Amino acid sequence: MSVPVLSTSGLDKSFGSLVVAKNIEIALPRGVRYALIGPNGAGKTTLINLMTGMLRPDAGRIMLGGEDITALGPEERVRRGLVRTFQINSLFPHLNPLEAVTLAICERERIARTWWRPTSDYRAAVDEAYSVLESLMLGPVCTRETRELAYGQQRLLEIALALATRPKVLLLDEPAAGVPREESAELFTAITSLSQDITVLFIEHDMELVFRLASRIIVMVGGRILLEGTPDEISADPRVREVYLGGATHG
Amino acid sequence: MAVTSPAIAGAHQYLDAQVRWRTIEIVFWLATLLPFVVTPDYLVLASQIAVTALFALSLDLILGYAGIVSLGHAAFFGFGAYTAGLISKWGWGEPLTGLLISGLAAGLLGYLMSFIISRFRHLALIMITLGFGLLLHELANSASGITGGADGLQGVKMWPLFGAFKFDLYGRTAYWYALIVLFLLFLVSRRLINSPFGLSLRGIRENAVRMRAIGAESRSHIRKIYTISAIIAGVAGAILTQTTETVSLGVLDFQRSADILVILILGGAGRLYGGLIGAIIYMIARDWFSGVNPQYWYFPIGVLLIGVVLFLPNGILGGLAQIVNSERGQRCTGWLTAPLPWRRRP
Repeated sequence: MSVPVLSTSGLDKSFGSLVVAKNIEIALPRGVRYALIGPNGAGKTTLINLMTGMLRPDAGRIMLGGEDITALGPEERVRRGLVRTFQINSLFPHLNPLEAVTLAICERERIARTWWRPTSDYRAAVDEAYSVLESLMLGPVCTRETRELAYGQQRLLEIALALATRPKVLLLDEPAAGVPREESAELFTAITSLSQDITVLFIEHDMELVFRLASRIIVMVGGRILLEGTPDEISADPRVREVYLGGATHG
Repeated sequence: MAVTSPAIAGAHQYLDAQVRWRTIEIVFWLATLLPFVVTPDYLVLASQIAVTALFALSLDLILGYAGIVSLGHAAFFGFGAYTAGLISKWGWGEPLTGLLISGLAAGLLGYLMSFIISRFRHLALIMITLGFGLLLHELANSASGITGGADGLQGVKMWPLFGAFKFDLYGRTAYWYALIVLFLLFLVSRRLINSPFGLSLRGIRENAVRMRAIGAESRSHIRKIYTISAIIAGVAGAILTQTTETVSLGVLDFQRSADILVILILGGAGRLYGGLIGAIIYMIARDWFSGVNPQYWYFPIGVLLIGVVLFLPNGILGGLAQIVNSERGQRCTGWLTAPLPWRRRP
């Protein structure tokens, strides 16, 4: 296999005596669709926070395209192509989608430093923002304030903002969280139609979706990686059955 | 793209319209000339309103747009005021260069301060700016050899503007001067908030965490806008010094920081005109109430504030915008607030 786009080695993190990440070793090759699954509290979101720099690891290294990014802040990691979305909508309520996505593009292009020309002068940035929004079916609502959008549309805008940064690796934290089944189809069409150049790692609880979208699956339990493999390997593994079904018998 | 779809044209039109002037804006600026004709006896008050409006504008840029709270903004106002006074006292009474130097001096102070400011938010910012304001007030108080301390700075003497227009007792030159500077800096601010930089500032206000997650240079944006805001505040302070030819410790008072915050919230933060409208209403109300009852004039001001915040949580302009944007409002006043038809060249 070629050099992985994103990899971690020996990643540890604990809050006091609570170990949330222990010796995490993953390597994501380019263009692969990874699902990250595991019971609640397994440390999935923590892992995303560690990889994107929202949390500092106690030990270990994070490499992006052969470069050690462990010491970089979240902004620098985004500029190098490691981008995330949030499980709970983290948007700009009083900006409309057009403004929000244009903002992300302007920051990427370093246009955001200029203050003497109107935003509308940067037609290429606006065109690109619109085409990102259109690809996620947000074109018709692009001038409505974000807080007025339907919940499902806000989830799509989460992805639109991330795409506007031109990611190499996209980490989606429960992209369909809170979206009713019948409405989540749009979202997953959007995810499947993402460019094959982008490596995607997504957290998802709905196993049907996981098995449909992911080409490989990572299972986490108690801050550790239990195993990694293809969907077939995962569904056949007795340990995974125990984690999920075993937990269910107690519930 | 050679062919633009109608939908994307709509997106461009939307952004274009944000920049265009509206009839109501032109009416507003024409109305600022009225005091010369209608109330020539109140030009001193009018020039003080213009100074306050400029100060409020500077606060709006950081608070209304970037969401940076400040309870010590008088520090920059006062720094500009004292700088202008000292330049004059030390023998250089030319107003325009004095104004420029005072603005830059306040801007330098703001720039140094911005390295601390850009690291904090919300409550921490209130404490830091409050402490910074008090610190500067006490410094000015104790350095009475330079500032004159509690007695105020004596011996400020301004030369005539352009060598021709003396700052008279009736405030005629003062109002022209303050109004033109206000208008010019308003134009700069208006351009700034409609730029990609202005968009980023609103992003910081709306969601600082998300700004990090899209790779934004938030800290450098905050440093920049804080410096610009400090320059404008310093210019406002300098105009006050130059038009009144005195500087008192009051320019650095906590009361002034609090007042300007109140004025901005009263008018409506994040709307550029909010500070201007707030300054007009607050200053006229204060002038009027203190005439009616010199001892307890803060009482009706308090009532006014509570009333506005209760019934118009987004300030006077926020309330008006709601009326204008309603269907009925659009029919009656749409022509006032619609973007003017002229188009910018592409």
